[in-house]
Parts: sequence; C-alpha cells; structure tokens
Amino acid sequence: MSERRTVVRDSLSVGIAVGAYGFAFGAASVSAGLSVLQTCLLSLLAFTGGTQFAVVGVVAGGGGLAAALASGLLLGSRNSLYAMRLAPVLRVRGVRRLAAAHGTIDESTAMAVAQRDPDLSRVAFWWTFGGVFVFWNLTTFVGALVGAVVDPARIGLDAVVPAAFLALLAPRLRAGRVERRIAIGAAVIAGALIPFTPPGVPVLAACAALLLATERP
Amino acid sequence: MLWALVIGTAVGCYLLKLLGYLVPDRVLDHPRTRRVVELLPVALLAGLVVVEAVANGRHVELDGPRLAGFAVGAVAVWRRAPFLVVIVAAALTAALLRLA
Repeated sequence: MSERRTVVRDSLSVGIAVGAYGFAFGAASVSAGLSVLQTCLLSLLAFTGGTQFAVVGVVAGGGGLAAALASGLLLGSRNSLYAMRLAPVLRVRGVRRLAAAHGTIDESTAMAVAQRDPDLSRVAFWWTFGGVFVFWNLTTFVGALVGAVVDPARIGLDAVVPAAFLALLAPRLRAGRVERRIAIGAAVIAGALIPFTPPGVPVLAACAALLLATERP
Repeated sequence: MLWALVIGTAVGCYLLKLLGYLVPDRVLDHPRTRRVVELLPVALLAGLVVVEAVANGRHVELDGPRLAGFAVGAVAVWRRAPFLVVIVAAALTAALLRLA
C-alpha cells in the first residue's frame, strides 16, 4: 500500500515539474501569434509538449502550415511507439483505451515502464497522466495570458525553449554512440540550413542525420 | 491557417497515440521500423535545439542573453539537474542579463 502511495506522489511531482514548461509554452505560443484559445486547445487536445513547441516555433519563425504540421507530427510519432509498449501493460478496452491514448506521452510512459509490477505501472501511468494534464493545461492558460501582455524574451523564455529541448534530448544522448552521432549530424544540418530554407525546413531536414545510424562494430 | 494548424496538430497527435493501441505488435515491431521511430526524436530534438538557440526566422542571430541562458540551462542538464531547475536557471539568466 505504501509503495502505491510513493508511486502516486512521484507521479504527481512529475506533473508539477512539467507545469513550469507549460507556462513557457503558453507564453511562446501567444507571442508566435496564436490566440489564447488556440494555445489552450493545443495543450488540451494535442497534449504532447515537444510537438506543441515545435509547431509554434515554426509559426514564430514565419514558416508555413506544411512545415509546422510535418515537424509536429514527426515528433509526435514517438507516442505511437510508447502506446505499443504500454498496450500490454495497461490492457485497456473501449472508452478507457480512448482515454489512455490521450495520456500516452513521454512522462506517463517513463513513469509506467519504470515500475516492476504491472499494477504499479498502471497506477503510475494514470496518476502521471492526470497530474501532467491538470498542471500542463493550467500553466498553459496562465502562460498565454502573461505572454499576451509581457514580451516573453523579457522574462527569459526564449532561452528556456532550447534548454528544454536539450533536457528532453539528454537521456538519449547518454544512451549510446549512435544517438550522439545522429544528434551532432542533425544539429549541423539544421544550423547550416537556417539562412537558406524557409523556417521549419531545417528541423525536418535534420532527420537526414538518421542515415548516420548504421551501427559499426 | 492557424486554425487549420491547431486542428491538424490536435487530430494528428491523437491518432498517432491511438495507432499504437490499435495495430498488432508485429506490424510496427520490425526491428528497423522500431529503430527509426526511436531515433527520429533524437534528430528532431537536436535540430530544434540549434534552431531555437540561434535562429530568428531565416537569419542566424547570436543573441547574448538567449545564448547565455541556454548555456546555463545546458550545464544544468549536464549536471543532471531536475527539469524545473533547468528551466528556471535558463530563464533567470537571460532575464537578468537583459535587465543589466
């Protein structure tokens, strides 16, 4: 029983930490030109932070619909993989499956797969989903309201976005050499293309770095 | 255009999540497919880090406070600081440098 409570507490604290990131998203989205309503709908309905930041980042740079949507959905495709991993653990059907799908994100997956026991995995998944959902949407709303009146750069939010992406990337950089090679290749490609292509394209083109993925002995 | 983007992103992201629950494991479980889906975010996130750090539209812009805030955030990431610490450290650094 106490183990269960520890999992619930950890899950909720993940939600609170992610909430700060939601504030940055709300402010960044409004300053990119989205309305407060559009910003909140993205957090409620798309509900996957990396994708949301990628999409409004392309809009802020003046990029087109196709580039914004493509980079967002490519980044969101990892959630399909998470869902495949979670399906046998959660064993959900019907409405519960539709709800579980919405909550299938980085944080809920990480918390669920970190548990040894399937029952605890389910507790971790639903509580992390709930915690992140509540805080992410609340702070998105507050961030959007603040972003509408204060220049996000004045409160340093333009530095938060690349740092947050790096924080998401870091565990994968520690995972192996192939990951580091791809990351460096992608960074070089994206940086080199900034002056020559429309906004959004450098990030999409960075996927070409996957060609560096050949495992060497 | 913004509404189309919001709706497209919302619908697309949800369907991508649901897809993983609907397809039988073996369809997407080809080792190569799995590897590509695993590695794709590495390339995209690395590209996003660079673009968000130095791009302003189609220009490379080396903005002192932004880069300093990012650098402090990067050190926090390297030191394995919690996510919240990374974000607050990056924001504070950039904001304070702009005040100065």
